[in-house]
Amino acid sequence: MHSSVTSLAAILGLGAVLLALPHALSFSQQEILVFLTINVLVVASYRLLTLTGEWSLGHVVIMGVGAYASALLSKRLGVYVPVSMLLGAVTAAMVALALSFPLFRMKGFYFLIGSFAAGEIIRLLWKRFRDPFGGPKGIKKIDPMPDFDIGIYAFDFFEPVSYYYLALAVVGVSLWIMWRIERSPVGLTFHAVHWQDRLAEASGVNVRAYRTLAFVLASGFAGLSGALLAHYIGTINPNSFDVEQMVFVLTWTIVGGTATFYGPILGCVVLTILNEIVLREAGFEQMRPLIYGLILILSVLFMPKGLESLVRGALSWQNARKKKVGETQATE
Amino acid sequence: MAPPVLEIDSLTMRFGGLTAIDRLSFKVERGAIHGLIGPNGAGKTTTFNVVSGFYEPTGGAVRLRGETISGLRMYEVARRGVVRTFQHSTLFAELSVLENALVGTHMSFPPNIFAAMAGVDKANRRAARARAEEALDFFGLSGLADELAGELPHGHQRALGMAVALAARPDVVLLDEPFTGMNPEETGRMMELMVKLRNTGVTILLVEHDMHAIMGLCDRITCMSFGRLLAEGNPQEIRHHPDVIEAYLGGARHVA
Ligand SMILES: Nc1ncnc2c1ncn2[C@@H]1O[C@H](COP(=O)(O)OP(=O)(O)OP(=O)(O)O)[C@@H](O)[C@H]1O
Ligand SMILES: [Mg+2]
Repeated sequence: MHSSVTSLAAILGLGAVLLALPHALSFSQQEILVFLTINVLVVASYRLLTLTGEWSLGHVVIMGVGAYASALLSKRLGVYVPVSMLLGAVTAAMVALALSFPLFRMKGFYFLIGSFAAGEIIRLLWKRFRDPFGGPKGIKKIDPMPDFDIGIYAFDFFEPVSYYYLALAVVGVSLWIMWRIERSPVGLTFHAVHWQDRLAEASGVNVRAYRTLAFVLASGFAGLSGALLAHYIGTINPNSFDVEQMVFVLTWTIVGGTATFYGPILGCVVLTILNEIVLREAGFEQMRPLIYGLILILSVLFMPKGLESLVRGALSWQNARKKKVGETQATE
Repeated sequence: MAPPVLEIDSLTMRFGGLTAIDRLSFKVERGAIHGLIGPNGAGKTTTFNVVSGFYEPTGGAVRLRGETISGLRMYEVARRGVVRTFQHSTLFAELSVLENALVGTHMSFPPNIFAAMAGVDKANRRAARARAEEALDFFGLSGLADELAGELPHGHQRALGMAVALAARPDVVLLDEPFTGMNPEETGRMMELMVKLRNTGVTILLVEHDMHAIMGLCDRITCMSFGRLLAEGNPQEIRHHPDVIEAYLGGARHVA
């Protein structure tokens, strides 16, 4: 009981900080905050995909599928933007379902390569078919999110702050759903498939179906993040979702660590702050891929369990200290 | 007479040029503890792999209550009531002991993602947990529920492997050398549990090198060598069968 009160307080506190945060930032920093919020959903969905043990190199392209679908649905068919975003997510999930048939004949390294190839094929289709995808130039003037008023706050989506609040709500709900899935028997089965697929299958688990389920769910959330991105920046093209972006997602995920739910989110937040404060201010922005590569290698070598291991270490150290303090008080 | 619950019919399994199982046939009666013995490399584990659906046989068939199950996937065989354990401790090492047993309840309490998201699967989760705890309790692992499976001593890992299998409430369990890594006292306790299990109606097919355990437990024993059927009978007959003694002396093992 006590711990649930504390965690509720922690969540409320975090929420308050996140709501107040943009008001302490400059305009350009607010824009970065929007991207960061969207990227949090990308990495969190990527971790959901890795729960069953397969790593994909097509995740960013699947995100792009959501972006293209939502952009086209709203622009061509006049679908109301919030609805087109959800349909973008569904489209990404459907494309992932179709891809799962060839891809899940492969495992491990072959899956990795297969997912990369599948992603490149999708990007080629975007480039090749000017109608409807706009070719190499992509889609421009994507409908913005329509403004609306919820009484206590009027959303004006030319303001990054408004879009940030929208993204925060969407990402928050998505994270909550993913969290619930992971803590459920479905999540346990994902872990079982990851650690021992033979024993899982001997226990009656349809391993292939569960791998597909994780892949499709993760792709749906990636598609949603793509849709959020598309209606914010207003233009997308095949290069918005190229392998360089995938490397960033991989770096955030690996540097953060995949053992916990918050690991990849931590990696994304820390590296983004590092990027914006250190690299941009110091004028190293051009060297971002190089520096990311270096960080990736260093963290694999010296911090194989990711940033999350530092947090866990700090927590257990603090607990041990608390215990010690408690003990000394008890003996006094 | 009741039909056999499991029928191995002229089963053949070839790996390239090597014939690991060669036209093997035997039947397992319902509610029996049936031993499958033979020297190292005789093909016992391969037989389990075929029966459980891990391999598709090159020839022959496996029938469960008359239905052909050879060629089905492993989870499909499991869903028909045949669950196996593995020769080398195969567990979810990174998960807790309780979570391991919970995976074993997968078939009885299939997870539902929509119910999980809506939070309306509480009864299902509680029932699965009760079943898992019962299985751990049966094998004396209750006190270790929160330990990581990978950190258990070897004997406990073997017991947990069986608990995962039995949490599924199978009709037939295939146990591949369940007593390796156990001391005589633990083996004795396990043997009692096997009898108790059989008395609840579970059919047990047992591969084991511990001849004392095999002779003490089995109603019937099939002995194989180089993939072929060598002899079949009750423990008395097998113990004195000249071919069996020969095979084991050749394999440098002694029949107790
Ligand atoms: N996947 C495989 N590929 C090739 N050969 C195999 C394969 N699996 C088993 N074998 C071979 O089949 C034969 C039977 O092996 P199996 O593991 O079934 O024996 P076993 O009776 O279980 O022996 P043990 O008592 O040592 O466990 C061996 O010669 C083994 O090398
Ligand atoms: Mg074997």
